[in-house]
Amino acid sequence: MSEAERSTGLAPQAEAATGSHQGSGHVARHPSPKEYVRIAIILAIITAAEVAIYYIEAIEGLLIPLLFLFALVKFALVVLWFMHLKFDSRTYARFFMMGLAGAITLFLIVLLTFRVFAR
Amino acid sequence: MEIHAQESEHLATSTGLPNIKLAMWLFLASDCMLFGALISTYVLYRGASVVGPYPNDVFDIPYTSVSSFVLLASSLTMVLALAALQRGDVGRSRVWLLATALLGMTFVGGQVYEFTTFAHEELTLTTNLFSTSFYVLTGFHGTHVAIGILMLLTLLMFSFSGRLGPEKAETVEMVGLYWHFVDIVWIVIFTVIYLIPTGNPA
Amino acid sequence: MASVSVRAERPRGLLRRPTATTGFWSWFTTVDHKKIGILYGITAFAFFIIGGSEALLIRLQLARPDQDILSASVYNEMFTMHGITMVFLVVMPLSAAFFNYLIPLMIGARDVAFPRLNAYSYWAFLFGGLFIYSSWFLGGAPNGGWFGYPPNATVDPSLGMTFYSLGLIITGIASTVSAVNLAVTVINMRAPGMTLFRMPVFIWMGLVVQLLLAFSLPIITIGLTEMFFDRRFGTHFFDPAAGGDPVLWQHLFWLFGHPEVYILILPAMGIVSEILPVFARKPLFGYQFVVFSGIAIGFIGFGVWAHHMFAVGLGPVANTAFGISTLIIAVPTGVKIFNWLGTLWRGDIRFTTPMLFSVGFIAMFVIGGLSGVTHAVVPSDYQQTDTYYIVAHFHYVLFGGAIFGLFGGIYYWWPKVFGRMLGERVGKLNFWLMLIGFNMTFGPMHILGLQGMPRRVQSYPESLGLSFWNLVSSIGAFLIAVSVLIFLVNAVASFRKPKEMEADPWDARTLEWTTTSPPPEYNFDEVPVVHSLDELWHRKYSQTQGGRVVPVPAGGSGEAHGGGHAGGHGIHMPGPSYFPLIAALGLPIAAYGLIFNWWLVGAGMVPVLAGFYGWILEPSAE
Repeated sequence: MSEAERSTGLAPQAEAATGSHQGSGHVARHPSPKEYVRIAIILAIITAAEVAIYYIEAIEGLLIPLLFLFALVKFALVVLWFMHLKFDSRTYARFFMMGLAGAITLFLIVLLTFRVFAR
Repeated sequence: MEIHAQESEHLATSTGLPNIKLAMWLFLASDCMLFGALISTYVLYRGASVVGPYPNDVFDIPYTSVSSFVLLASSLTMVLALAALQRGDVGRSRVWLLATALLGMTFVGGQVYEFTTFAHEELTLTTNLFSTSFYVLTGFHGTHVAIGILMLLTLLMFSFSGRLGPEKAETVEMVGLYWHFVDIVWIVIFTVIYLIPTGNPA
Repeated sequence: MASVSVRAERPRGLLRRPTATTGFWSWFTTVDHKKIGILYGITAFAFFIIGGSEALLIRLQLARPDQDILSASVYNEMFTMHGITMVFLVVMPLSAAFFNYLIPLMIGARDVAFPRLNAYSYWAFLFGGLFIYSSWFLGGAPNGGWFGYPPNATVDPSLGMTFYSLGLIITGIASTVSAVNLAVTVINMRAPGMTLFRMPVFIWMGLVVQLLLAFSLPIITIGLTEMFFDRRFGTHFFDPAAGGDPVLWQHLFWLFGHPEVYILILPAMGIVSEILPVFARKPLFGYQFVVFSGIAIGFIGFGVWAHHMFAVGLGPVANTAFGISTLIIAVPTGVKIFNWLGTLWRGDIRFTTPMLFSVGFIAMFVIGGLSGVTHAVVPSDYQQTDTYYIVAHFHYVLFGGAIFGLFGGIYYWWPKVFGRMLGERVGKLNFWLMLIGFNMTFGPMHILGLQGMPRRVQSYPESLGLSFWNLVSSIGAFLIAVSVLIFLVNAVASFRKPKEMEADPWDARTLEWTTTSPPPEYNFDEVPVVHSLDELWHRKYSQTQGGRVVPVPAGGSGEAHGGGHAGGHGIHMPGPSYFPLIAALGLPIAAYGLIFNWWLVGAGMVPVLAGFYGWILEPSAE
């Protein structure tokens, strides 16, 4: 593996095409397969925890906040590591956030007008 | 920065970012709105069904959690496929791509089985408000997965005919982004629809 | 020339790759953004004639009280189709025509980011529009209003609203895909030196519009899907008896519908921002303010949707919040108006037809904007809503605004696209007749609305005292029709002139005027290098110490570089392709299948799959 490939994990032509050394000056780092597996294990553990707390009646009041927290963490892990957003240009993140933040905001407002949370 | 009007893969761009990756992220951003609308329809109608069966009557959380594990695993295999291809290991990338497709098919198969079970328990598309919003939401998600599987199988087809080398890593990355998106939508669906309890109407 | 002749012909299975870039059949396989732009333009104009005819029938029916020229059910179809046509099949594609043709030229690119996807968008739009119109012959046209409120829309027994839901999903796919394509083009394919703040305002407005489309269309897609499911399969999304809520539709529709009106107006605002400086021989006043206002309008535009729902019963908190946000959005709009006026102030003005339409735009849009501000005041809107006052408002902004702006653009860029000018004298006649006819038609509607005439009524009794202004309005509508006919005469006559247009007939400011009229397939002999905003102007002119504008001695475009005789060597353009058309064809077929016969759905999937597989197997250029 060449120096370039080792540092970016990309073959030279692919690297040039993706411009990982241009523009913002970020050097794109790729997690190793081992790191990906580690992330996957964390995801599995969280999923198991989600299912577990579903059945634990003792913490029923905490169930919804915990479930949201777990979902948020899993979401973030997949987006940041598997989708590589942590290591990529900010531009991608900005566009994705427009859609994500927009969707959350707008639909929260819609649900509020129906007083869904006051039921 | 010069621009030569040659093959599009090697065109230098204003941002230095490849067109296709920018396009995919923009598309995924717009897809957030799509699922946002479907999920909020479901949340709005939570507990509003006039007749049953209700979620508690039909949901099988352990079963569906297996589906969740399957889809999460498929995200792992997807990213491993990409990493392998970027390393130049075409053979490995094929294995991981195949694994992703198979896991995806398992997920869809699991959904189909789940829906069939629900139908036997008298919950069909038009039974009530719960069925209406549930089936359309998960149906949209399932369709997204199915399209993803089609893309994966197409990549495999290219790979087996020797046309998916490391220089095509970007294409695999695009399919990967789509695939992971489908996974994160499921993370939300699993929590909001399955895990957060919906009390049955009195 | 090199780009036209160098193409390998490689038979692939049944279909040979098309190679022609000229001739009748080339229009079906083109991936050239300029040809696609022309296709959008012609199609949109054809729908304009149809939608206008629907309007004339409406005005004929309403010219006198108690008429029955159109029965009530036909009347419902007529105003529904008029609205759908004008919004989705005229203004949006006409704007798309300009974006497609001009974006690459104005940013110094050779084509858009994804040329075949661009062609796909056009064909999907065309097939979607034809699909919706086929409903007239297949069980009734949509009749629930362009906004399709359930339960009326979900319960109606004719097939019209089913065609509505599926047809708009198809055109929605076309627009979403195009939005991603054009947004990436603007962000990623600018010529060297063209930073974001050296882009023409038209390009900025284009970018904002594509983002608005990308984020608003998915929402209505879901609404339409839910409506389709309710109608076709008996689901309960909007079924109150089962616990469903029709107000959900209203949210989903207007979450799209409000950004949509900015999608409809921003392109025209962009066009006007290009025309005014050229014919005032002054740079656009406050370029950055105009740009930021456009962005602000786009952003805030997502936060005002429930002002279409003030009378639905959301409650005082929601109503107040949306009333305030609606008042706020008037501010960036006003900023633009003042900047346009500032551009005109002390300018060396030439009142050509494009300039007339642009100034007309400002005046008419201000009137429409003012009535809009009155709607933002919630108690005031309780009086106005569902009356002709609202009809007056949106026609002033959409016709007096968007259509006037688009006509200005047509007159302005006609020489670039077709290599001939539209007649100036006939153009001025076109403008004045249209202005008079337009004001005659929609001005009285303010009065009618405040006198209490409701919208969407097939007739009104004599006793209500609405007859006089209705008659005036109807006469005005026929004047508009005459003015459109005059335009058509002007257009046809222009093709009788010889095709010998200079690159820069108007002495303009932006890059599209540096190349020939019409441009070669590859747009520019050499990709331009940009050093400033209004690049072309600065190549032609500089300013003396005293601030006088003087021509640069040897610079500027003069004649376009090469004009074809030097050019084109080694420039490989993406080749023509059948596959976008084939892939798009599957959409209406599947849609018919969803209504009539499941086998057709399968049949529709065949061209979709074949089209996409052919597409990905085919290299983009040979």
